[in-house]
Amino acid sequence: MSERFFPDGMPPPLADVTTLPWWEAAADHRLVVQRCTACEHTRLPPSPVCPECRSADADWREVPGRGEVYTYTTVHRPIAANQELPFVVAVIALEDSGGVRIISNLVGVEPEEIAIGMPVELVWEDMSADLAIPRFRPAGSSA
Amino acid sequence: MSRPRAQVVGVGESRYTRWGKIGDVTEHALACQVIQRAVEEAGLGVDDVDGLASFAEDRNEAVFLAAELGLPALRFANMVWMPGGGGGCAAISNAAMAVETGQAEVVVVYRSLCQGQFFRFGQAGRAASAPVDPEPPTVQQANSLMLASMGFAMPYGLLMAAAAYALPTRRHMHLYGTKHEQLGRLAVTFREHASRNPRAVMGGRPMTMDDYLASPMIADPHRLFDCCLESDGACAVVVTTEERARDLPNARVEILASEQGAPKGYGFGPFTNANVADAIYATGGCEEMAGRLWGKAGVGPGDVDVAQIYDHFTGCVLMQLEDFGFCDRGEGGPFIESGVLSWHGGSMPTNTHGGSLSEAYIHGLNHVVEGVRALRGESTSPVEGAELCLVTSGACVASSAALLARR
Repeated sequence: MSERFFPDGMPPPLADVTTLPWWEAAADHRLVVQRCTACEHTRLPPSPVCPECRSADADWREVPGRGEVYTYTTVHRPIAANQELPFVVAVIALEDSGGVRIISNLVGVEPEEIAIGMPVELVWEDMSADLAIPRFRPAGSSA
Repeated sequence: MSRPRAQVVGVGESRYTRWGKIGDVTEHALACQVIQRAVEEAGLGVDDVDGLASFAEDRNEAVFLAAELGLPALRFANMVWMPGGGGGCAAISNAAMAVETGQAEVVVVYRSLCQGQFFRFGQAGRAASAPVDPEPPTVQQANSLMLASMGFAMPYGLLMAAAAYALPTRRHMHLYGTKHEQLGRLAVTFREHASRNPRAVMGGRPMTMDDYLASPMIADPHRLFDCCLESDGACAVVVTTEERARDLPNARVEILASEQGAPKGYGFGPFTNANVADAIYATGGCEEMAGRLWGKAGVGPGDVDVAQIYDHFTGCVLMQLEDFGFCDRGEGGPFIESGVLSWHGGSMPTNTHGGSLSEAYIHGLNHVVEGVRALRGESTSPVEGAELCLVTSGACVASSAALLARR
């Protein structure tokens, strides 16, 4: 199992039929974006219809997990018991994804060192045998 | 030829308290009370009411209130979706449309919130004290579209509004150099307005810029005093036709125009809109709606005498000022620093009741009440000769806004 950054009591992912495949890919440590098979537009979160061409046909495209910080906030109130504070919520602009941004966390960095535009890389957190959640850390951090 | 426009003829309010402090009357009963108060203040009777409208998933469903209040007939009942205050002026708009099209004659818009009697999201962090031994985490069933989309925010700990709305504000600071002190100036100004308002929860608590800067950081850049109150309370507004309004006692306030909307891809704002166009992200998301509002009303930002701007967070007020064209994009900070929003010498006193930051957070319907009072000359921070008031609801969510005019 991976390094742990957040406690077990964090809110669990909530999924429906449309979004469940994304979490199943995550459990396999694959970060994917939904891709419209009619017009190639990529999107997150997953949805039943393409917002550009309104096709209902889509598949999943894996992305490398590199990106840069688009914005962030350093949160000083806990969401779960036994949570380390502060923690960082960030919007990451994903490289090689067709322009998709994802909400996630920054880990392994002091808040004062965070800058919009800084390059980051994916690190998976295995919350259980069935659930992995993508977090991000400064690019080039040692494993 | 312009059609006769709907008017606001009555307002009613309960006492306003801190979150969870109203426990002696149910939220439901409070809704009934404020509807009755507003109707009485209008010079009407409950028998005259034939429509009810609310927003923010208000728990007090119209059909039950209608039965309990004994309305002879319920001809119009309407809810604007989504939690929070983005729909306040949309509910006013719905009421206006109902009376202008003859679906109903007297529609009461209401909101009642006694949250200690229920759970509200964002309070989850408060209970993080005793260690728990939970089941191994797994994916859970989402029972609504909103919950499914929150599945891409909540596992990362993005649960509090203070954290979500910090995201576009932080980017605004990055793009334009907006400063903490500019956000603080809003908090201090609205607190000063609250000092003259006996209804204001924070009316007895003066705030200086030093107090603001010393307040604890919640979700950077949001300090405690950048965040609106969580309140218990209720208020209501009576909307009727121009013809009916002529026979009623209060000074006449017309709904000159009202609009609602959200840009492409907006969803539930920063909880879900990470992929909205870059040009929209560090804004309040109200620019297109504002353009429609000014266009339909035939007035512009320079015509506004007094404003009640939805202030869930200071940064969202700043971004709305830009969206509505009071200043250029990126110039919200200097605009605020110029003092224009202050009752003391400002050209457009704003949140003359103290706003959600310092009066109470009734999801912005109390901003409609204050707008009406301001144009009647009844505000505790009166603006002499005020004829046009902008009221906004939302920002960084699907939003709405209304222009009220003295008639």
